[in-house]
Amino acid sequence: MTLSFYVHIPYCIKRCGYCDFNTYTPSELQDGATLEIVSNDYIDAVIKELESAPKQITPTIFFGGGTPSLLPAKDLGRVIQKIKDRNGLTPDCEITLEANPDSVTQEKLESYLEVGFNRISFGMQSAKPHVLAVLDRTHNPANVEKAVSMARTAGFQSISVDLIYGTPGESLDDWRQTVENALSLDIDHISAYALIVETGTKLAAQIKRGDLAMPIDDLMAEMYLLVDQLCQSHGMFWYELSNWSKPGHECRHNIAYWRNKNWWGLGPGAHSHIDAKRFWNVKHPTTYKQKLFSGETVIAESEDLTPDQKRDEAIMLGIRMREGLLTTDLNSSQIQTLATYGENGFVELLEDRVLLTPTGRLIADRIVRELTF
Amino acid sequence: MPAISLAKAPQPASTNPAQIRNFCIIAHIDHGKSTLADRMLGITEVVEARNMRAQYLDRMDIERERGITIKSQAVRLPWRSSIDGQEYILNMIDTPGHVDFTYEVSRSLAACEGAVLLVDCAQGIEAQTLANLYLAMENNLTIIPVLNKIDLPNAQPDKFAAELARLIGCKPEDCLRVSGKTGDGVAELLDQIVAQIPAPVGDPNAPARALIFDSVYDSYRGVVTYVRVVDGHLSPREQIQMFSTGVRHEALEVGVISPEPIAGKGLGVGEVGYLITGVKDVRQSRVGDTITTYNNPTKQPLSGYKDPKPMVFSGLFPLDGADFPILREALDKLQLNDAALVYEPESSAALGFGFRCGFLGLLHMEIVRERLEREHKLNLISTAPNVVYNVTMDDGKVVRVTNPSEFPDGKVEAVLEPIVKSTILAPSEFIGTIMELCQDRRGILLGMDYISEDRVEIRYDLPLAEIVFDFFDQLKSRTKGYASLDYEEKGDAEGNLVKVDILLQGEAVDAFSAIVHRDKAYAYGVMMTGKLRELIPRQQFEVPIQAAIGARIIARESIRAIRKDVLAKCYGGDISRKRKLLEKQKEGKKRMKMVGRVEVPQEAFVAALATDADIEKIKAARKASQ
Repeated sequence: MTLSFYVHIPYCIKRCGYCDFNTYTPSELQDGATLEIVSNDYIDAVIKELESAPKQITPTIFFGGGTPSLLPAKDLGRVIQKIKDRNGLTPDCEITLEANPDSVTQEKLESYLEVGFNRISFGMQSAKPHVLAVLDRTHNPANVEKAVSMARTAGFQSISVDLIYGTPGESLDDWRQTVENALSLDIDHISAYALIVETGTKLAAQIKRGDLAMPIDDLMAEMYLLVDQLCQSHGMFWYELSNWSKPGHECRHNIAYWRNKNWWGLGPGAHSHIDAKRFWNVKHPTTYKQKLFSGETVIAESEDLTPDQKRDEAIMLGIRMREGLLTTDLNSSQIQTLATYGENGFVELLEDRVLLTPTGRLIADRIVRELTF
Repeated sequence: MPAISLAKAPQPASTNPAQIRNFCIIAHIDHGKSTLADRMLGITEVVEARNMRAQYLDRMDIERERGITIKSQAVRLPWRSSIDGQEYILNMIDTPGHVDFTYEVSRSLAACEGAVLLVDCAQGIEAQTLANLYLAMENNLTIIPVLNKIDLPNAQPDKFAAELARLIGCKPEDCLRVSGKTGDGVAELLDQIVAQIPAPVGDPNAPARALIFDSVYDSYRGVVTYVRVVDGHLSPREQIQMFSTGVRHEALEVGVISPEPIAGKGLGVGEVGYLITGVKDVRQSRVGDTITTYNNPTKQPLSGYKDPKPMVFSGLFPLDGADFPILREALDKLQLNDAALVYEPESSAALGFGFRCGFLGLLHMEIVRERLEREHKLNLISTAPNVVYNVTMDDGKVVRVTNPSEFPDGKVEAVLEPIVKSTILAPSEFIGTIMELCQDRRGILLGMDYISEDRVEIRYDLPLAEIVFDFFDQLKSRTKGYASLDYEEKGDAEGNLVKVDILLQGEAVDAFSAIVHRDKAYAYGVMMTGKLRELIPRQQFEVPIQAAIGARIIARESIRAIRKDVLAKCYGGDISRKRKLLEKQKEGKKRMKMVGRVEVPQEAFVAALATDADIEKIKAARKASQ
C-alpha cells in the first residue's frame, strides 16, 4: 500500500468572498507577525505531525490551501524532503503546488521546481473581470497567461487551471469566453467547479440580502455541458466529473481520493483516510500548533466506515469517474434503477460497466442516492 | 359567603324539585365561561381554594389548550340564596361552544330550565352564541343576560347591554355585570339564578324518564352517562333501558358530580347526575336518548332524539403505511367516546391504506385528527374535506358520494348537495366584503338586521361544500377577525357540479380529485396544477400535470426534467461531508410517495390540499433541509 500526502497551507493574503476553506490571513493569527515567522513555525508543526503517519512509499503529494504559493520554496521543500527521507517517493511521484497567479515570479517558480514540485495548479476562476469582482478575487486575468508561461519556462511538466462557473451575474457567453481563454493557454488540465454558496461567507450574506442572485440550475447545467464540450474538442478529456486533462495528465493525487487509497492530510483541519478509517485534525492553526508541541494528538474526530458505508462511498466516488461502475459491483436492483436512467439518457450501460453521460453527470448525486444508503 | 357544606346540603335522590335550579352557560369561546365556572366552584366551596386550578372542568389537555370545551359536564352546586335565605341545589350544565356540536348543545339546553347568556363586554355577542341563544329561547328557557370581563380596560358594558337587551327583549339594566377573573358579581348571579329560573317540574310517580345529554368514555369506568331526570326516579342496581335501542343495562352506579363524582342513592325528579352501566361504547348510550326503567318503562320518550349525522368527510392516511393498524386501533378507541365519528377503510392509489372518516363538521374533524396524532403518535395526511353528494344518473340510479373518487363516470342527470342556513355577525363596516365572499361562494341572501348601531346579522343560504373549503378562514381574514359564523342544515339542493381530476403523467391522482361547481372547475384546475408544479420536485423526465373533467383537459402545467443535482467538488475532506449529506437527503426521499413513476413528496399532498401560507412553510422547510 502507498500513502499520498495532502499538505494544508492555511494562509491567504486576503479571504475571497465565496471561500469557506480553513484559511487565515497571517495578521489574523499573530499580531504583527511577518509571514516569514509564521511560515517557519508552521512548517515545524507540519513536520512534527508527519512523525505519526505510516511509513508507506509516497506516490503523490499535494500542497493546497489557503495559498501555498505564499510560502517560500525552502519552507515547503522541507516537508517534501522529510517525506522523501522517511517514506520514500516513487520515481514518478507527482508533487502539486496550488498557486495564485498574482503571487508568482519566474524566480519563485524555478525555486519551487528545485525543491521537487513538478505540477502546478493556478486559481484562474474566470477570465471576466466582473465575475472575478463578484468572487472577490484580486488577480488581473492577464496575469494567468503570464503565470502559465513562466511555469512552463521554469520547467513544470503539468500545468492546470481551476475555473468556477455559475457566479452571480455570469452569462453563458461570459463562461464560454473564460473556457476558451483557458484552453488557449499552454495547459494540460482543467478543473471546473460550479460555485457553491457556503453558509457564513460574504457571498452567502450578499445573496441573502438580495444584492446578488444565484443563477438557475438550468443555466448551471448549460455551463457544465459547454465546458465539457469545449474541453473535449481541444483534446482535454473528462476523467472525473469536474476534471478534464490531456491524456497522461490526470491528477493522480485526486484519483487517490476517488479510488479510496490511503492518504494523510497534514495541517489544521486536514482529513486523512487510512484503510477503512477517516479522521480529521483540529481546525485552527494555533490550536493545532499548541497540541503538536505539547505532545497531544491533533485528531479532532474520526469515523470507522462500516462495510456498507465503504461500498456506498465506492459508488459515490466511482460513478463520478470516466471508468464508471463495474456491473459486477452492482446488485440487480441497482442495475434496474440505472436502466431507468439509461432510458432517459443519463447513463450508458455497457457490457461490463455503467458510465454517466454528460447530462447524467449533472444529476450524479440523485443517482447515487437511489443506488446507495 | 352563603355557601353550604356538601354534607349539610340537600342530598341527591331526596332533594325537593322546588329547591333545584338547572342552568347552562351560553357563551362564545374566549368569553370567559370556564373562568366563570371556576369562580362558581370556588364561591360555592365545592372546590377548596387550595385545590383550585384554572379551567377546572375541562378534562382533556386538548380542550384546555385550545380554550374550548368539547364535552359538557354537569356540576351540582349547593347555594344559600341571600335573597330568601333558603338552601338550593344549582346544577350547572356546561355546553359545547362550537357550530359542529349544535345537536349536543340542544340536548344540554333541553336538560335546563334557564340559561346564563354570557357575553364578553369588550367583544359583544358572536354568531354561535346568538344561534345558541335562539335555540334556548325556542326551548323556552329563562335567559339571564350577563356581561363578563367588566374588569377589562376596553370593556363597553353599556353598549353591549343595549345589544343584549334588544336581542332578548329585556331592559339594558337587567343585564348583570360580572368579572369571572375577580369574582365581582358572581354571588349576585347565583342569587339571580335562584330567583329567576323556574324549578323543574315532573311526576315522581310516573315511569322514569331521564334525558341523556352527554356520554363520555372513561378507560377505568367504561361509559359515564350524564342524565337529567324528568319523571320518576333512577336508582343504583336497577335495570334500566335505552328507549331508542331497547337495550337493557344494570345501573351499577348513580351519582352526582360536585365536581368530583360522588356515588349516591339515586336521582329524583329534576336532578342532574351520572350513571355507569359498565358499557364500553358511547354509541350504546346516545345523546338525546331517553333512559327508562326495565320493570316500569315509559311509553312516551322525551322528544328531540336524533342520530348523529356526519356532514363532512375526509380521508385519513398514515404517512408511514406501516402505521395503518395503529390508526385502525386508534379510531376504534376514539369512537368509544365519540358517537358522531364514523369511518370505513379506504385505499388510495396515491396515499395507500387509510380510512374515510365522517365528522359533524370541520372542528370535529380537526379535533379527531389532532387527538389521533397526539394520543397515538401518528403522522397523518388528511385529504381535502368534502360533503355528501347524491348523484342521480340518467338511468335513475342514485349514488351517494362521500368521496370524490366515488363520483360516477356515466351520464349524470342531477347532483344534490347539502345547503346550510348560515348566520354571520359582524361590524357593519364589513357588510360589503362579507356579501362579496358569500356571493362568490354561491350564497343566497336571506336577510340582514342590525343588532346594534354598528353590528349586523347577515343570513345566507350557502352550500356546505363552500363553507368546508376555507370559508371560515376567509371570513376571518376579510373582517380582521371580527365576524363570527354559525350555520345549520337546511336540506339538499341541486347544484351544477362536476368532478375535476388531477393527472400526473396522464394518471389521475385520487387524493386531488374534487367535486366543484362547473363555473369554478377551471379555476380549481389552474390552482391545483400550479400548486403541484411548485410542490413536486423535478424528476428524471418531464412530468405533465393536467386538470380534467372526464376526458376533457381544462388546465395543464408541466414539471421540466431535472437538470442539475450534483456537488461539483469531492476531494479529501468533502467525502465524509458529502456522504453524510446524501444520507440525510436519502431520509427525505423515504417520505416520497410514488404516483406511477413520479415521486411526490408527502408535503405536496398536504400542501396541495392546504392554503398558500402552508405552502410557503413547506418551501422554507425544504430549502432549509437542502
